[in-house]
Amino acid sequence: MARSANITWEREQSCLRLMGDWLCTTLGKLPATLDKLSFPRHTSFMVDASSIEKLDTAGAWMMHRYFSQLKAFNYSFEVQGLNPTHQLLLDRIEAQSSHIRVPEHPQSPPLLPFIGREFVQKVLHFLEFHSFIGLALATFKQWFKPKNIQWNSILKMIEETGCKALPIIGLLSFLIGIVLAYQMGLQLRDYSANAYIVDFSGLAILREFGPLITAIIVAGRTGSAFTAQIGIMKINEEIDALRTFGLSPVERLVLPRIFGLLVAIPLLTVWADAFGIMGCMFMANHMLDISYMDFLKRFQEVVPLKTYTLGLIKTPVFAVLIAQVGCFQGFQVAYSADSVGSQTTRSVVQSIFLIIITDAFFSVLYSWQGL
Amino acid sequence: MPLIQVEQLKNVLGGQSVHSDVNFVINKGETVAIVGGSGSGKTTILRCLLMLLRPTAGKIRMFDIDILHCSEADISAVRRRCGVTFQQGALFSGLTVLQNVMFPLNEMTDLSHALQKEIALLKIVLAGLPSDAANKYPAELSGGMLKRAALARAIALDPEVLFLDEPTSGLDPKSASGFDQLILYLRQTLGLTMVIVTHDVDTLWQVTDRVLFLGEGQVLAALPMRELVKHPHPEIQEFFKGPRGRLKEYE
Repeated sequence: MARSANITWEREQSCLRLMGDWLCTTLGKLPATLDKLSFPRHTSFMVDASSIEKLDTAGAWMMHRYFSQLKAFNYSFEVQGLNPTHQLLLDRIEAQSSHIRVPEHPQSPPLLPFIGREFVQKVLHFLEFHSFIGLALATFKQWFKPKNIQWNSILKMIEETGCKALPIIGLLSFLIGIVLAYQMGLQLRDYSANAYIVDFSGLAILREFGPLITAIIVAGRTGSAFTAQIGIMKINEEIDALRTFGLSPVERLVLPRIFGLLVAIPLLTVWADAFGIMGCMFMANHMLDISYMDFLKRFQEVVPLKTYTLGLIKTPVFAVLIAQVGCFQGFQVAYSADSVGSQTTRSVVQSIFLIIITDAFFSVLYSWQGL
Repeated sequence: MPLIQVEQLKNVLGGQSVHSDVNFVINKGETVAIVGGSGSGKTTILRCLLMLLRPTAGKIRMFDIDILHCSEADISAVRRRCGVTFQQGALFSGLTVLQNVMFPLNEMTDLSHALQKEIALLKIVLAGLPSDAANKYPAELSGGMLKRAALARAIALDPEVLFLDEPTSGLDPKSASGFDQLILYLRQTLGLTMVIVTHDVDTLWQVTDRVLFLGEGQVLAALPMRELVKHPHPEIQEFFKGPRGRLKEYE
């Protein structure tokens, strides 16, 4: 078991005695002891290090530091009893100590330049995002020749982002349907307007909740995956490798993702619509005594096809947004693990932000057109 | 008592037998290299010694503790006495070099922050890096500096055993021989026992006391370089006979 490092002043022998193990794990209390230590000035004395059993670099550094302090105060002393390997270590550390300079802490800039720099960075970031969209569009030209289209990648993306998301999106939409129908049912029951649950749920699910819930789940599930995949590929220099083959990373990585989502998200939305309505049907049956058959019959009568198509029209826009933001943030990853984390967070936050803005924009547009 | 003792080590990874019967000892103060062809399981042995991989069968004793059958407390005690540098450096990418070296000091000791910083800087200088590299992030360092920074972190707590995985791979000859000198210097200064996994024949000649040659799932020979190159086993001969074996130069 290691003993803690210690130091004592022995007055009778005029001797400073170093004791114990001088290791990085046992040095903790030594600085306090050193501060308390006092002995007469201008005496010459002996430092006895023969009781030191173990010495590591931290201990040797401590010793070197203390001895230089003593020297600076013009004490004259002689070190004795240090064993030869410890002496070698101490000598080498003394030799190296001149190379040590505590590097200056990089100062954080004052407030105003900081705000300025952040602003410029945000603007640049915004412009970069747009040039990235432009690049994707320009690269899309290459796919006008059908033989250039990466069918395999697109199909794989559809499987990854579409098929594998079916269970989670189905379940969540069903639950949202239940919650929605329950809340509306409570109000409708008071007015004995039970049958209107069909109108409301049809409108709410098909126009808003289906597309929005799908897009948000896909942004969290797939947008983040895009960012992490592309970010790690960048760190591993896989993207540079692609470039050296004369291939465009945008064409190989971004376009398949965009087109995969363009197929997957509308289909997922249809799936979410169906499960959402099922949730409403279940709750209507349970709470308001509307049978499944009655629900469907009324559904055909009161919910126009327009409701369904107006909901679906938004989905390709969401798909492009999620894919673009996810890929763009992936390309922004710098060479560190932290950066993968922060860009992935940014990717999800930005896509959800943009999805909601776009959705609001569509609502305004529809209301202008009187739809 | 040897510092590291491996007996009848057996490893089956993914249905494939990597080691059938590996036996060796490493004594205190020795610098031992582990060599062998690709796929001979050098890194696997290192991972077993570092307790990152549990071997299929066998016995490993380090510091007189059976590391395969002991308490968690014993394991962390053994780990604290070991330092490791990984092939790619494995520095924490979100921390500066100084913070990387301070990290183990901060976790394992009760030294004051200022003292931790000084000791970390001392280690950085001992590892042959300039002081101003301390505030750089790993991504800003060259390959050679990265290896030195990793070494500085590995010696932060003054380990008794230092494991080096491919310390000179990917370095130019000048940096590589500089690194060899550094290994010798640290060994002399800190009295380290070293276990080096390497392909670099120059390192083998200049730094090691003994070389463990792995092949056929076991240790084919554990000899000093001078004797190892004369070993009749065909695999060893093949390894050192080629133009890169530098036999003539060193004999």
